[in-house]
Amino acid sequence: MSDLDAMYQQIILDAARERRGQGELDSFDGESFQVNTTCGDQVNLQVKLSSDRSRIEEIGWEGHGCSISQASISIMTEMIEGKEIPEAMALSETFRKLMDRRGHNLSEADEEALEDAAAFVGVAKFPMRIKCALLGWMAMRDATDQAVAAEEGGDHV
Amino acid sequence: MSHSPAPREDFPILSRTVRGGVPLVYLDSGATSQHPQRVLDAVREMDVVHDGAVKRGSHQLAEEATVAFEEARDRVAALVGVEPGEVVWTSGTTQSINLVAYVMSNVAAGRGASVGGGTHSERFRVGPGDVIVTTRAEHHANIIPWQELCLRTGAELRWLDLTEDGRIDPATLDVIDERTKLVAFTHVSNVSGSISPVAQIVAAAKRVGALTLLDACQSVPHMPVDFKELDVDFAVFSGHKMLGPTGVGVLYGRRELLDAMPPYQFGGSMIELVTMEATTYAAPPARFEAGTQPVAQAVGMGEAAAYLMDIGMEKIEAHEQMLTKRMLEGMRPLRGVRVLGPVECVERTGSVAFHVDGVHPHDVGQYLDSRGVAVRVGHHCAQPIHRHFGVYASSRVSVGPYNTAEEIDMFLEALAGVRNYFRLED
Repeated sequence: MSDLDAMYQQIILDAARERRGQGELDSFDGESFQVNTTCGDQVNLQVKLSSDRSRIEEIGWEGHGCSISQASISIMTEMIEGKEIPEAMALSETFRKLMDRRGHNLSEADEEALEDAAAFVGVAKFPMRIKCALLGWMAMRDATDQAVAAEEGGDHV
Repeated sequence: MSHSPAPREDFPILSRTVRGGVPLVYLDSGATSQHPQRVLDAVREMDVVHDGAVKRGSHQLAEEATVAFEEARDRVAALVGVEPGEVVWTSGTTQSINLVAYVMSNVAAGRGASVGGGTHSERFRVGPGDVIVTTRAEHHANIIPWQELCLRTGAELRWLDLTEDGRIDPATLDVIDERTKLVAFTHVSNVSGSISPVAQIVAAAKRVGALTLLDACQSVPHMPVDFKELDVDFAVFSGHKMLGPTGVGVLYGRRELLDAMPPYQFGGSMIELVTMEATTYAAPPARFEAGTQPVAQAVGMGEAAAYLMDIGMEKIEAHEQMLTKRMLEGMRPLRGVRVLGPVECVERTGSVAFHVDGVHPHDVGQYLDSRGVAVRVGHHCAQPIHRHFGVYASSRVSVGPYNTAEEIDMFLEALAGVRNYFRLED
């Protein structure tokens, strides 16, 4: 398989078309707008927490960009919805490691935890594209941080 | 490989391979161009043989560096038909434009007096009620400095609009009225490749006494350009887009205007007399060259200018027109490919932006790259014109004097395979 084919795996091209989670949420707890300045890819992503505030219940997003960024947001949304917040953050960190280390030194457990997102290991061979794959994850982290901060702020009122 | 006016063997980089052994087909000269051996040697020789401080010593190295630095100015001036004393070294097009914008700020702040003021100096004064005009075709470097100038001074920013195929629309010239102080516009769009109606815009500006600034960074490397003939007040271009090094560029200004302009940056080499209380400033161009200049890079830009003149800009223009025509004709039958800009090779250059239906430009560029073809992807630092075309981003092919017809064919062949690679139905 060529480096190009390793990046554009069928699962990634399919996810880019499926665009899981696309659309704004009626109500949400945190929101984040992220831009990839090198190419103009952008996403506005919303996070809704569960009623007990422990889990990410739903993700909605609007955006445009290359197949890598769109597929990554789509697969991330599918993985993260329903996860406990600490677990979502840990997965985000593992995905960043996958990009940083081109998958080297990633434990089998880490790779398994990433499920379909592990397919993005081919992207790490193209340094200019890593930001594309990370865009949605950054938005999810930021929106979740804001949701949690808003809740903590609320406690003091 | 067939003929190119700049011999392929002059450019060491063009013989390298990419992505595991594919020959490089470099079609991104609009972003940055490649360097002939002559330019590489000239830059290296400055560091290896003539490395002395320009205008700051009487020893032989300082003397040689000073002579080379000023000879480079002569060569660049000759390329664009102006006097060496009208050529200011800058770090590139972006700094050249910012220089003029900040000079206008300084005049608005009353600093025209620092160089004697006078009627010419008043032409640079902007404030509430005044208008700066630019165009929707500009790259960000010719939009944002004017937005910021207007925010600092209270002037209003207006712009010339575009025809459907991305040319500056002369029907919108009426935004240039008697309140207009400066019209800043591009000679060639870095996206659509269309050549601007310079004479019409200059005439409209002159009628109301407005200054003109021409962004020539996409024209000077590709066609004969004479700023005196174009009759503009200022013009800017970059070394790295005309086979020279990065980090160096030029501001051309009419002598009497440069004379009337207060400085924009302050420091060594731009002064006459300095006391703890006050300073008097050197004559242009030194007045606008504060601090140590990128000497080796300026010499490299001078060498590039000489190289282009040795080949002949007419010859380069004719060759690039041939390549552009071949490219546009070859793209026409390709399903789902839309050229953003004029589709006929009339009043346009070989900078051709395009969109492939169903495939994001980033992915188009990555596929072309796997076949060795280097193109630009993204918004090319020109978001407004992309919005005009109804897209966020595009891919762009841009030719240089070293490209061949075979390379255009290799690009076309690769482009024909894009939709299939991304599993789109034909």
